[in-house]
Amino acid sequence: MSDTAVAAFKPFSRVQMARRAAADIPEGWYVNLGIGIPTAIADHVPMDREVIFHSENGVLGVGPAPDKDKIEPWLINAGKQYVTLRAGGSLCHHADSFSMIRGGHLDLCVLGAFQVADNGDIANWATSENDTAPAVGGAMDLAAGAKRLWVLMEHTTKDGTPKLVTKCSYPLTAQSCVKRVYTNLATIDVTERGFVVLDIAPGLSFEDLQARTEAKLHLSG
Amino acid sequence: MINKIVQDMAEAMAGIKDGSVVLLGGFGAVGQPNALIDGLIEQGAKDLTVACNNAGVGHVGLARLMELGRVAKIVCSFPRSSDPVVFETLYRAGEIELEIVPQGTLAERMRAAGAGVPAFFTATGVGTKMAIGKEHREIDGRIYILEQALHGDVGLVEAWEADRWGNLTYRLAGRNFNPIVAMASRLTIVQAQHLRELGEIDPDHVVTPGIFVDRVLHVPYGDPSGF
Repeated sequence: MSDTAVAAFKPFSRVQMARRAAADIPEGWYVNLGIGIPTAIADHVPMDREVIFHSENGVLGVGPAPDKDKIEPWLINAGKQYVTLRAGGSLCHHADSFSMIRGGHLDLCVLGAFQVADNGDIANWATSENDTAPAVGGAMDLAAGAKRLWVLMEHTTKDGTPKLVTKCSYPLTAQSCVKRVYTNLATIDVTERGFVVLDIAPGLSFEDLQARTEAKLHLSG
Repeated sequence: MINKIVQDMAEAMAGIKDGSVVLLGGFGAVGQPNALIDGLIEQGAKDLTVACNNAGVGHVGLARLMELGRVAKIVCSFPRSSDPVVFETLYRAGEIELEIVPQGTLAERMRAAGAGVPAFFTATGVGTKMAIGKEHREIDGRIYILEQALHGDVGLVEAWEADRWGNLTYRLAGRNFNPIVAMASRLTIVQAQHLRELGEIDPDHVVTPGIFVDRVLHVPYGDPSGF
């Protein structure tokens, strides 16, 4: 890649990534959004499109964050942020909440990740085999249990190391489950052929994208 | 007359033995039985195995119990928190054993214990470190691993309302692990914000029927705060 190519392209912002993913969620889906950037997707689904958001701690029908003077101290999400409940929302205990996940009832889960492989493997919970006190939370349940898993993440690490790989080097969260990846450089489907590019950030060529990706990319169609 | 309501913390904590497996309700600060954890600190049982979602915040509650050297092992899904200083110090020093369990597997292991199911197969964790050493089985073309039920010798629960039979309701996200902790534990101790007369809780609204509850202590502390 040349310096001019680097200067010319404009990566998607986090807001654009969240908006892009939100646009692909149809009415009627039950959706769990992972902690971090994926949580922002909810802000970009129009209120008149009924998408029902689930949180691991037994909240179904999560609404937007409350105004500061209207916080309900008994209502938080899995990220331990205060939330609201939409009309029609409901509460359940943890085993029922994870039955929604593990029983295949969620249409979609969106997680962040350290690495995604072109066979759909995801690594998102520990950065080495000897991580001090690794914290898995609900990630393995969500990845293995939801009907489809999308990932929202930066295309490379801060030092430019590709995160879209042929084989995850970090400990796996789940095998062969990622269906789509939204990055700051592209939207990519994970198919039987491997990674298929749906769209690319303005000013970035397919070759430039490939140069920032370890696994082979395919053009859609 | 059945009366599970106890008059003070000493009565609530009576008989908890060294080496007990203690299951804790709560997720973040919501629905966490803080008064009962303080009661356990006071009561003195040691060599405990504690199972709950997180591994304590700051130097209070569960973190304090660990800091006092009373917890030999913690079973949890997410040992990090906004301030996990006590756990991390102990863990790095090799003074506490950690069993990491995916959150849904943790919940299901408790429910299985309460339901008399000794073990179950799940797809969660297949192909990961969690699967190492566990029995694998293919069922209808998918691979699963075997996970064991998680029984508590003691369960500490926070409820919104309770009556003298031990029927419980919860408030909003305060429900979380509490109903399954109640089911899974041989001695279930509840702190309740509100005591009700028998029949005052609408039978349709009881979430944990009293059969899963042994002791109820009235702790009207108000709203949770801080995580």
